[in-house]
Amino acid sequence: MSLAIKDDEVDIVIGALRSDLTIFMNEWRPMFSRFHVIIVKDPDLKEELKIPEGFNLDVYGKPDIDQVVGSSTSILFSGYSCRYFGYLVSRKKYIISVDDDCLPARDPKGFLVDAVAQHISNLTNPATPFFFNTLYDPYAEGADFVRGYPFSLRAGVKCALSCGLWLNLADHDAPTQALKARQRNSRYVDAVMTVPARSLIPISGINIAFEREAVGPALVPALKLAGEGKCRWETMEDIWSGLCVKIVCDHLGLGVKTGLPYIWRTDRGDPIASLKKEWEGVKLMEEVIPFFQSVRLPREATTVEECIIEVANAVKERLGSMDPVFARAAKAMLDWVKLWQSVGSSSSRSSAV
Amino acid sequence: MATAPSAKLTPLLKDELDIVIPTIRNLDFLEMWRPFFEQYHLIIVQDGDPSKKIRVPDGFDYQLYNRNDVNRILGPNASCISFKDSACRCFGYLVSKKKYIFTIDDDCFVAKDPSGKEINALEQHIKNLLTPSTTHFFNTLYDPYREGADFVRGYPFSLREGAPTAVSHGLWLNIPDYDAPTQLVKPLERNTRYVDAVMTVPKGTLFPMCGMNLAFDRELIGPAMYFGLMGDGQPVGRYDDMWAGWCMKVICDHLGLGVKTGLPYIWHSKASNPFVNLKKEYKGIFWQEKAIPFFQSVSLPKECSSVEKCYLALAGEVKSKLGEVDPYFIKLADAMVTWIEAWKMVNSPGEKPAMTSLPNATSK
Repeated sequence: MSLAIKDDEVDIVIGALRSDLTIFMNEWRPMFSRFHVIIVKDPDLKEELKIPEGFNLDVYGKPDIDQVVGSSTSILFSGYSCRYFGYLVSRKKYIISVDDDCLPARDPKGFLVDAVAQHISNLTNPATPFFFNTLYDPYAEGADFVRGYPFSLRAGVKCALSCGLWLNLADHDAPTQALKARQRNSRYVDAVMTVPARSLIPISGINIAFEREAVGPALVPALKLAGEGKCRWETMEDIWSGLCVKIVCDHLGLGVKTGLPYIWRTDRGDPIASLKKEWEGVKLMEEVIPFFQSVRLPREATTVEECIIEVANAVKERLGSMDPVFARAAKAMLDWVKLWQSVGSSSSRSSAV
Repeated sequence: MATAPSAKLTPLLKDELDIVIPTIRNLDFLEMWRPFFEQYHLIIVQDGDPSKKIRVPDGFDYQLYNRNDVNRILGPNASCISFKDSACRCFGYLVSKKKYIFTIDDDCFVAKDPSGKEINALEQHIKNLLTPSTTHFFNTLYDPYREGADFVRGYPFSLREGAPTAVSHGLWLNIPDYDAPTQLVKPLERNTRYVDAVMTVPKGTLFPMCGMNLAFDRELIGPAMYFGLMGDGQPVGRYDDMWAGWCMKVICDHLGLGVKTGLPYIWHSKASNPFVNLKKEYKGIFWQEKAIPFFQSVSLPKECSSVEKCYLALAGEVKSKLGEVDPYFIKLADAMVTWIEAWKMVNSPGEKPAMTSLPNATSK
């Protein structure tokens, strides 16, 4: 039932926060080798990147970012946000992005999980946000809509974003990980499901895929914590970006899926050390979530860009005075839309389907 | 942070939980469930011909009610209880005196998890009901209160207390709960996928609630679990649990209660005849196209602070908004009101349980 995606419709975008990508790229080779790969080097990284041969790839670094974006923007493409530059310059329809400390996972039968193929399957099968299917993804083999599911909703809507999960080191915040230092996620939940409309979810940037043409401008590199660091525990940029995407998708009738694929996230970082910085992000979420739950987009906002501008203005108005990080985020969102319109949209339609 | 209650033993709740089983045949299936059910009190609701004797395996503590009992106990209010349909099971919810209800169909057996271990479905339902739901924000690692799981980064701490769980909706391996058209197109499809997750159905989201493997907190949501008018003399069947689920979810959302779905699995052994099912469901398939938008948009007055008040308000909305779809909904709305009257009659403080709700048969 899924549409066939051609290999040249996909970009794999990797933000390199570490210089030696040898093991990473070699482990992912079976899944990545068919596709074009964009590697964006964190501008703060001093060492040269070490990348094995045999990939069809483009590498971007600080000079490229400066040249394309220059001083026209307040957006900082540093740390985890460097990957957004890859989203901007990509010319493909679909983007798949994983953190550079993640490797392919194995399923309970011991087989390597092709996360790329699973994300592609998620994006090319419809999403069903308007009514929950208790057997999860109705388009999966061996599954279907259950009794009581309205027939008029069974065609579904386009899936714009696919959020995968993580085995081993789950994406917990620093307080949780510090308290449960030895806890590792070993539970493989064999399901993909659509996140219901109007339900918000914390979208982790560790393992995502999206249709660039449908929602590219909504993945915004906007929320930069004052003490943002190089561990996921020390950031909230992806959570913020994900909330923006979900709001926009809900407004435009697009779907977001969560669940498979799993990737294997390797141990790194010290959660207790991160706690000092992490509290900032954790505290901000207390304001951020109620804000996003109450945002209402006007009917006249019919494109992704228009939606993001509306959200940015609401952020400025309602959160701006609470913490300077929000005022900066609002500005970054507006800058992102401008950047997208001038640099990013040459291959894509910017209106929603 | 979520604490892991399963680090301690799950309480049995054997004096606080009733198992409600509707049946027209024998209850031999209970033999397989014996290790898990034997300590609990059963309420058996016998549908169909009351003169037929239902065989209950020895050693179970039960009360059995047939149609004569329903009529005797409820009097004129008995009209709200379906006849010749498993929807009659909600009579069991009505007469129970316990805090929790687990209901299961008589063609559902013990399933095995991927490691081959037999699943104690009742224990999982209890775990689900005794831990909070996360209604306001979806946790991508599913139920954060399960052992080995927790809230993910980005989940606000102020929302981690969750909401009380009112309903636990379990699933089925083997014969999936498909509607008749799907059964006709895919007669051989079997659900073999064991999804090792429990999750909260978010606030504002509706779902198709299946009554085959279901548990709920009767004190929190009991009056909303009316299974409607189905079966003999009614134009539709196989929508009893669906109707209850839509009403229940709207009320749970209004009152800030949670609904979980996922584990436990049971093994569903019997595929009902799809042609018979099609005849029963036929009208429902069209009507649900009207009913769903109705439930998605209905709003209950703020003053409705109890389940009964919510349910009566909902009945009024059903009558006025769905009445024009078919006169059946007017009858159904009236039956919803009758149900609440019956509930109050049987469960009001002044009532003497020993006198009025004596069943037809009991193991004691």
